Amino acid sequence: MRAENYQQQSHPPSNQFELNFGPNHPGIEGNYALQVEVEGDVIVKARADGGYLHRGFEKLMEQRLWIQNISLVPRICVPDPSPMEVCYSMAIEEISGIEVPERAQWIRVLQLELSRIAAHLFTFGGHAATTGMYTPMYWGVADRDLILDLFEEFTGGRIYSIYNLPGGVRRELPDGFLDKVSEVIDYIESRLPEYDNLFFRNAVFIKRAKGVGVLTQEKSLEMGVTGPNLRATGLAFDLRRDDPYLVYDKLDFEVVVEEAGDAWARTLVRRQELLQSIRIVRQVVAALPDIGGELRAPIPNPLAWRVPAGESYARVESSKGELAYFVVSNGGEKPWRVHVRGPSAMHAVQVLEELVTGGRVEDVAQTMFSLDACPPEVDR
Amino acid sequence: MKYSDDGSLLRPLRALSFLGRAAVTESLDPRPAADGYRGFHLNQHQECIGCSSCQKICDNAAISMVKVPSLPNDPEKGIRNLRPAIDYGRCCWCALCVDICPTSSLSLSKEYVHTCTQEDIDSYFMLPNEDSMHGGSEYGGGWEKSETSDLLNLDRQPMGELEPEYRQDNFKEIVNGFTPQQALDEASRCVQCGACHDACPTGMNAPEYIRSIYAGDLEQAVRWIYQSNPFSHVCGRVCTHRCEDACSIGVRGTPLAIRWLKRYAMDGVAPERIKELALEQAVVNLLEREFGECSAPVEIVSADIDDAIAVAKTGETIAIIGAGPAGLTAAWDLERLGYHTVVYESRPAAGGMTRYGIPSYRLPYEMLDRDVEIITSSGVEIRYGVEIGKDITLEQLRDQYSAVILAIGLHLGRSTRIPGAEHKSVRKAVELLRLYSENGELTVPRQVVVIGGGNVAMDIARTVARVQRQQYGAVDTTVTALESQQNFLADPEEIKESLEEGVVIKPARGPQECVIKDGELESLRSWGVDSIFDEDGRFAPHYNRSDEQHYPAQMIIEAIGQMSDNQLLSEDITEELEWERGRLKIDSNGRTALDWLWAAGDCVNGPDVVHAVADGHRVAASINDQLIKLRG
Repeated sequence: MRAENYQQQSHPPSNQFELNFGPNHPGIEGNYALQVEVEGDVIVKARADGGYLHRGFEKLMEQRLWIQNISLVPRICVPDPSPMEVCYSMAIEEISGIEVPERAQWIRVLQLELSRIAAHLFTFGGHAATTGMYTPMYWGVADRDLILDLFEEFTGGRIYSIYNLPGGVRRELPDGFLDKVSEVIDYIESRLPEYDNLFFRNAVFIKRAKGVGVLTQEKSLEMGVTGPNLRATGLAFDLRRDDPYLVYDKLDFEVVVEEAGDAWARTLVRRQELLQSIRIVRQVVAALPDIGGELRAPIPNPLAWRVPAGESYARVESSKGELAYFVVSNGGEKPWRVHVRGPSAMHAVQVLEELVTGGRVEDVAQTMFSLDACPPEVDR
Repeated sequence: MKYSDDGSLLRPLRALSFLGRAAVTESLDPRPAADGYRGFHLNQHQECIGCSSCQKICDNAAISMVKVPSLPNDPEKGIRNLRPAIDYGRCCWCALCVDICPTSSLSLSKEYVHTCTQEDIDSYFMLPNEDSMHGGSEYGGGWEKSETSDLLNLDRQPMGELEPEYRQDNFKEIVNGFTPQQALDEASRCVQCGACHDACPTGMNAPEYIRSIYAGDLEQAVRWIYQSNPFSHVCGRVCTHRCEDACSIGVRGTPLAIRWLKRYAMDGVAPERIKELALEQAVVNLLEREFGECSAPVEIVSADIDDAIAVAKTGETIAIIGAGPAGLTAAWDLERLGYHTVVYESRPAAGGMTRYGIPSYRLPYEMLDRDVEIITSSGVEIRYGVEIGKDITLEQLRDQYSAVILAIGLHLGRSTRIPGAEHKSVRKAVELLRLYSENGELTVPRQVVVIGGGNVAMDIARTVARVQRQQYGAVDTTVTALESQQNFLADPEEIKESLEEGVVIKPARGPQECVIKDGELESLRSWGVDSIFDEDGRFAPHYNRSDEQHYPAQMIIEAIGQMSDNQLLSEDITEELEWERGRLKIDSNGRTALDWLWAAGDCVNGPDVVHAVADGHRVAASINDQLIKLRG
């Protein structure tokens, strides 16, 4: 919503013209806009333009009690909301010195990995649609729905779990829930070869994605690229392994890496990460029955809770990259400042602008979806 | 890990494997939601108390409290007829309202079909009750508060007390008071519903001072306290705490210790500073009256205050009889309203029933003195040792002052009038408590029996027990009450502490005779009690004569009720006043049948400090109204 983007300007005679992608456009994730200047089919300049979806979270959070933000933050990334509430809780826990019971930590891992699987399935659907393939989208949405059913069962909400509180999680898993989890992930795993045939090995997709939007490792680090997008440039960096939180250090999984750094590589990283998440979920399902104890450390009355003065930076590996909450408390009943480091804030602004510039106009959607950006993270 | 493509020319033929397979479909038919689903709200209207905690926790301001006139509204029990109405255009179904609900009346259903049953946009705004939105039980209950999701701390901070062996032979204060951490933890439990404020006779701003205590600002807490109660050192210790009976945390847990929090604030600020704050407050009130409202409570900064005060003074003087909580509260208010007040007190010290009726192990005299000191500093003049009717008559007061307030307390004990009750060793509890308070000593025999089961009976029994321990090294004090153990009138902690101090309690005993032998009191003869009230609820004890007991005693103390000493009223005035069952009749503003005479406190309302304070405020306001009217 940069005003200057929409002011009428007089241009010298030129063969360049402006083109608006979004805020409503099938090739754009969510409500987001990209204004490009093209010369023929080649983009000479691109300006990212956010502000059309949920926005202003950081300011809103300063107006709310500590605990009220729990129901606000999941909206910062609708396809992958769980890391938001977990990460925000972790930041508060760090400031107030609250120790999260072990069982709650395992349940949080379960929630995060299920959310990652759901988010990746959703992304593949959208990504395939940019190349004109709609069946993967139907499959992705339908299979993601099975995970939403699981969320409905153990958190009470299908999309916005609002399941975490600073100190732990809100309720016990229902009886027989872990069996259902196993069932669903077995099914999703069995579906992966079909996804491969339909989408990942599809010549149309490979030809459209290979060599498009190439990021070098150096450039990535320069521009704050994280998550699958960074791993697609050959750098094995994953917070779950390199700065473990919750109980990830007790879990066995691999960091998926691709070398090419292009749209195809980024997509393949996500594809392989599904397998790793399934692996993690299986370990959690096996471990949880033997981990007893409390679900939540006590917190003061939330209507009067004053988190001690201090600041903390909590970060987790979300499906989009490094998600972090920088929370500052001045000892008041509300946060003094919350900064959300949404990974998409980098991916959808400077990275996207850089990658599409010099490319062709038909690759814009391809590039954006391969970056898996989430607009509210930009507009937070 | 690399993704490898093994490629094959025959790959397109794999599509054949889909032949005959069912398509991936999502059913559009409604299915029941999972247990624990966060659907639309259900509210048990009979359990909900309208405390509005749900409204406060709501992230989206989706909840408004709506008055439902058909439901009960009882401030004394902490029940309001407000119920949450939900704006489903705003609700995000996070269920924090359910998890904070002090009563557990709120829950969510399994309904997931949206609300808009009418074309009207207002159908998004609903007042949930016990029935699910779409009627019937088809959907069933979803998210409910569980032990782990409950957001409230229902347990009170324990209050430290002197152990029995350290308190049973002296009059040191028993209750230690909160430590700063305890006070903070206790204050943090408050949900700021205001039920305490509504239940308090004098409308104390308890939520505000609790919040100030929680914020660590005790001076601000004191300012809030002085808005409505100049007897807060006293009320912080011996108030009957109606606030705690109404506290919404008390529905499922132990109510906040509001009384102890008040005490904590009053003890936590230096007495001199409290005086400054209170007097500042008084000046603010005075100036507000004259020059309009300012945002109270504020600090005074202006230097021209004296001139302003002089302007605000009315020049009229009010006489008050009795320097107890009612009289002095009225005096405090009237000074703040610009009047001068003269208080006549027959005894040598102020405080009335709080000084002469409450043992100092519950209320140390110095605390009472602090309250009185602040009140007198505001300009109130107390004339001690003046007996109305003897030294000056009520008629003289009427002629000299613009108005007169009668606040004479209940200094006479009632008698059981059983045979032998007129013996010199049969005494009244109030009389002995007063004697002890005045002289700091009391002569008691080795064996004492108390008749009565209220707090006054406990006060005298525990006082006597202490004196016995000092004099004889052993306690032999027996309390006999009509009431059974379950229906005992005294507070449970009084009973517990009495027993710890060696007092023997005999419930369900009816006194029949003070047995006198050779002119000396020998024992109390009593019968067992079958019932106290008849079918119509009238007092008509029914005894079991076969269950006769003698309790040996050289002194019997009657503690069955008090009355006021009305002898100061002349015959003419007694005649002109209206009476109701021996008590002076007053209107809702505390005014008697005589237009110059108001009455307040225990003498019209029965024994209770905080009611006396409330009365004081009421008559002061009424007198002010009346005098303003007269001034035209």
